[in-house]
Amino acid sequence: MSESLDLHLASVETSLDNPVLPFLRQDRIPHIWCPGCGIGTSVNCFCRALSDSGLDLDKVAIVSGIGCTGRTAGYLNLDSFHTTHGRAIPFATGLKLSNPELNVVVYSGDGDLFAIGGNHFFHAARRNMDILVICVNNFTYGMTGGQVAPTTPVGPTQTTMPYGNFENPFNLPFIADACGATYVSRWTIYHVRQLAKAMKEALGKKGFRFIEVMSPCPTLYSRRNRLGDGVDQVKYYKEKSVIKNGVDTKEVGLGYQGEIVVGKFVDRERPTWLESMNAHYSHHFGDAFQPYGVKNGQD
Amino acid sequence: MKADPKGVLTGVHFMDGDHAACEGALAAGCRFVAGYPITPSTEIVERFAARIPKVGGVFIQMEDELAASIAIQGGVWGGQKVMSVTSGPGLSLMMEHLGYAAMTETPSVWVDVQRGGPSTGLPTLPAQADMMQIKWGSHGDYEIIALSPNSPQECFDLMIKAFNLSEEYRCPVFLMMDEVVGHMTERVNIPSADQIDVTERKWTKKKPGEYKAFATTPEDLVPEMVKAGDGYRIHVTGLTHDERGYPAMDVPNQAKLIPRLLNKIRNNVHKLVDVRMDGCEDADVIVMSFGITSRVATAAIDAARAKGLKVGHLRLIICWPFPVALIQQLARTAKAFVVPELNMGQMVLEVRKALADVDRKVKVISVPHPGGTVHDPETILEQILEAAR
Amino acid sequence: MSAEDDARKGKGTVFVRVEVCKGCSFCIDFCPSHALEFSREFNPKGYHFPVLGRAEDCTGCDLCGLYCPDFAIFGARWKDLDEKRQAASTPTQP
Ligand SMILES: Cc1ncc(C[n+]2csc(CCOP(=O)(O)OP(=O)(O)O)c2C)c(N)n1
Ligand code: SF4
Ligand code: SF4
Ligand code: SF4
Ligand SMILES: [Mg+2]
Repeated sequence: MSESLDLHLASVETSLDNPVLPFLRQDRIPHIWCPGCGIGTSVNCFCRALSDSGLDLDKVAIVSGIGCTGRTAGYLNLDSFHTTHGRAIPFATGLKLSNPELNVVVYSGDGDLFAIGGNHFFHAARRNMDILVICVNNFTYGMTGGQVAPTTPVGPTQTTMPYGNFENPFNLPFIADACGATYVSRWTIYHVRQLAKAMKEALGKKGFRFIEVMSPCPTLYSRRNRLGDGVDQVKYYKEKSVIKNGVDTKEVGLGYQGEIVVGKFVDRERPTWLESMNAHYSHHFGDAFQPYGVKNGQD
Repeated sequence: MKADPKGVLTGVHFMDGDHAACEGALAAGCRFVAGYPITPSTEIVERFAARIPKVGGVFIQMEDELAASIAIQGGVWGGQKVMSVTSGPGLSLMMEHLGYAAMTETPSVWVDVQRGGPSTGLPTLPAQADMMQIKWGSHGDYEIIALSPNSPQECFDLMIKAFNLSEEYRCPVFLMMDEVVGHMTERVNIPSADQIDVTERKWTKKKPGEYKAFATTPEDLVPEMVKAGDGYRIHVTGLTHDERGYPAMDVPNQAKLIPRLLNKIRNNVHKLVDVRMDGCEDADVIVMSFGITSRVATAAIDAARAKGLKVGHLRLIICWPFPVALIQQLARTAKAFVVPELNMGQMVLEVRKALADVDRKVKVISVPHPGGTVHDPETILEQILEAAR
Repeated sequence: MSAEDDARKGKGTVFVRVEVCKGCSFCIDFCPSHALEFSREFNPKGYHFPVLGRAEDCTGCDLCGLYCPDFAIFGARWKDLDEKRQAASTPTQP
């Protein structure tokens, strides 16, 4: 037995110090995600972001839709809501508006947020609802077995595109930007440090914030298309990514195994829905209006 | 608990059922509404949008009814009392989230101002044809409570009752209005706040750590509640779950959870009977009605009584759960039931089901109507006469 | 020489919860110092897991920890670990 094996066996008990464990519901780990699935890596980065954010975690809530990524809510040691397919954003809208002191994060998949839930995404961004939306984009419907998604590039085979996908995919940052998001970035799970930093930064901002996380689904996307395992996809991300902060989101569409533009594309200020409502009614009603969700003595 | 005076528009008013329903919600403590316009329910959310800024709360018009019906549930877990309001096609869109509310035990009030269907049907005209949809329209087994007002005053009163029941049982509660009740204008008496009882949410007194979000006792099948942000770190899912709220997708957990969700209501059916009875004790013929049809039925019953017939009127205030035992008890003396409703025969099926267990032969006559207007009292009268024969 | 002394050849080390590793190799492939390699042994789930094959190269940067989708590994600097242990063994006044 090598000494290094000794070490890791000897270190099993100290390994409980893993800095992310306090952010997880440890009684629910191990999680269901496949070996080489990138969702766990994104969650790992999110835990670091929570840790670095300095936020009171009792006031952070996470909302997911349905899908492999949708299971994220159930693993995080936060007030967590696993809702219905596509409807995490409207649920989060209600949660935020009824309890404005919460920092509400939506964590869900590309199919969930942009196919069945697309309409909600557009409108929440338009309204500048004060929520952070993290989309794990694995270019497929993982949970249901690898069907074509609104993000699937033209080319690869999916179970419902058995001869290769011929539909045009969405450019997610462009949608978010066009709909009015205050913060838009894209990273891959190769870019763990940048991703964790972006998540932390976005957690500290106001308004509708969007982060796209490119992530491998080895089981249903890459292996089926002879692109190898999760790690091979992450190597592709490493080789083909270029960081272009501030680039026009029109330019960041993704082709099949092509160049990947990553970075922070949008960072701007706009009044949130509640700020607009309070400002508008204060103007309209004067002192007869008590601003909503604002604690007395604070602004 | 008494109502918060901020939401109570005490006084005598002249308003339609939609407006009265909105006032009922405000009086009951509803402070978050997510809606989507649809005739003939829109006036309820329009009034809420106008009233809520000064009461203190939020109205948001969502992008569709799917969004509205889940946004309200986010609102509940954020701590507010909530309502969503719809009609016809909007109700169909809400069905998935009705199931989510039942599964996650999210207290919420759902208003359906019924119009003629199916599909776009008769947007501006009445029906009572959604009675089975609310009961069975979401997939899987679940239970709801439904109330049926027949006047603007009852829209106000029963709305408060709907809120209170939703908190008591932690389930979706429907106020089943219709286009006529929604748009008819009558006197509405709104009492002072100290005259209005409101049921507080079943907040837990347990501390984080001791609290399990979906734990119940054999005596009380309704779990205690918390809201997000209070340090309990709850998990809520529409998947089959255990007492902690964690997904537990297996036969034993399903076998524990689903019967509890049903039984917390079914075990209390006797408490949930709410009917108005007039002359049923010695009646030969009993007319069972609900909502707007009850007003037309009254005219037919009066006409039949004028002809010397012994006719009783059983009006359902709470339609779901259906008062099976009461029907069976009335069937000991009555010879026939006549069931007029603005649909092609929905609640009459419940009467037939209840009578299947009764030894006596009791006639059941359905008086269907495809909707668009109310029954002609003559039609109901004819069937009463037929029943008495 | 204990395993730990041996490992002190580098600036840092890793801790692995062998039993939760799914052998995806993210940590191994993306360790900037190429300090990790797969074990020859299998864990109880049947996966090879990472071992610190070149302990002298580990900087304790914890990038492996960030990559791990299963929260099975993390890296730490000896300097930080020593400080932590010191703090843990010094009784603090409440
Ligand atoms: C209303 C409804 N339609 C369909 C489904 C089935 N379904 C579950 S997850 C899913 C797709 C998930 O894809 P995505 O959001 O990309 O998540 P992933 O699994 O890839 O992380 C579908 C279609 C559902 N649960 N509900
Ligand atoms: S199916 Fe794909 S997305 Fe789902 S857990 Fe497995 S690898 Fe991840
Ligand atoms: S801590 Fe850094 S250097 Fe050490 S094994 Fe992990 S990634 Fe490599
Ligand atoms: S990244 Fe984690 S799961 Fe993957 S091989 Fe390394 S320790 Fe194992
Ligand atoms: Mg996906």
